[in-house]
Amino acid sequence: MQIDGIEKGIVIDHIRAGYGIKVLEHLNIDTTKNTVALIMNAISKKHGRKDIIKLQNIDNVDYNVLGVIDHNATVNIIENFERVEKVTLQLPQTIKNVFVCKNPRCVTSIENEPHIFHLFDESGRYRCEYCDNIAEVSQ
Amino acid sequence: MELKGRHLLEPLNFSVAEMDDIFELAERIIKNPKNYAEVCKGQLLATLFYEPSTRTRFSFEAAMLRLGGQVIGFSEPNSSAVAKGESIADTIRTVACYADIAVMRHPKEGSAIIASKYSDIPVVNAGDGGHQHPTQTLTDLLTIKLEKGSFENTTVGLCGDLKFGRTVHSLIRALLRYKGVKFVLISPEELKIPEYVREEMKRAGADFEEILDLKAALPNLDVLYMTRVQRERFFNEADYIRLKDTYILDKAKLSHAKESLMILHPLPRVNEISTDVDSDPRATYFRQAKNGMFVRMALIMKLLGIE
Ligand SMILES: [Zn+2]
Repeated sequence: MQIDGIEKGIVIDHIRAGYGIKVLEHLNIDTTKNTVALIMNAISKKHGRKDIIKLQNIDNVDYNVLGVIDHNATVNIIENFERVEKVTLQLPQTIKNVFVCKNPRCVTSIENEPHIFHLFDESGRYRCEYCDNIAEVSQ
Repeated sequence: MELKGRHLLEPLNFSVAEMDDIFELAERIIKNPKNYAEVCKGQLLATLFYEPSTRTRFSFEAAMLRLGGQVIGFSEPNSSAVAKGESIADTIRTVACYADIAVMRHPKEGSAIIASKYSDIPVVNAGDGGHQHPTQTLTDLLTIKLEKGSFENTTVGLCGDLKFGRTVHSLIRALLRYKGVKFVLISPEELKIPEYVREEMKRAGADFEEILDLKAALPNLDVLYMTRVQRERFFNEADYIRLKDTYILDKAKLSHAKESLMILHPLPRVNEISTDVDSDPRATYFRQAKNGMFVRMALIMKLLGIE
């Protein structure tokens, strides 16, 4: 399948196959106004299958969230059909409303409050702000 | 930093020096309770107990009444707006309009943190699920301080339900700040400390071991902190029956312990300390309960900025 390159915008490549929709969801992009391509199960030279997202004319995306969902993904900034910058993903110190605490005794299971996690260690483990439960949220 | 207006959600909210200030005031209250009988006159404490706990609630209420203050609150959510589905945020905002300080017990973990985010008045966590119970820790530390003089270079055994035992989690957090504390964690496999507590101990470089047998651990301990092992925490009845006696302290087991051992228990006790231990001079748990009221008196005064 052939998908055109974009003139200006962002290409998120090497997303783990099946996670493209999740990534797109958390980027908070207005998909009614912008041209967005989500390519699922593309052939990858490195990993077998992968997902790709192409965002036309968009330049501000919350990469931090991407670092949590799939930190093996790569982010390329495109201008004039050329890659002008490759963004290195980092694990954010704090993430809000990306994951739900899995501890059934956590107060967030009954109260309508934001789900907040803080980075616990560099292996991508996060700690719930409320109950301290440690979760491996990174994929 | 001043303690006035602050929240106590978990032990590390207060520095070691701030805790020492509270202990110092508690000791003055113990010596001369009459001097403090009216210092909280005109002040109102709200007790928000989303699950029943006569003991902790009485301790707070007695503390406030002995300071000359007054108390409002609920002791079971069924009878309040909470039963109609009011959020913690709304409840605390309303309570903050009437009261000067709020104490909260809730079955869910992290509940007091939510309350603190919406509260203009100090919020004290009086137990949130299996998470933390910082005022019990103040009680425990004051008791150790009064009876042993110091926390340093002490071997502390914690026995029973270490997984859901919030008093244990808070006590470990607080003791990690003192030098030379060695932890012996005694519990069945199913009830070991949560991962976050273990990680905190590793990060602090603490000397700790996790073992299954109370009797084997006893000879080395300076402090033994007993907690209840509840039947409903086990996956099956057979495991409970098989294990329950292992975690009961009785006179026979106690014969293996040091003469200077100090036995603590957050109470209420069921059968994990047999009553034949009560008359042993090493049994400290009833004095500990009394210290609980005094340390809460000191805490209330500090958070209200009195004295
Ligand atoms: Zn949680």
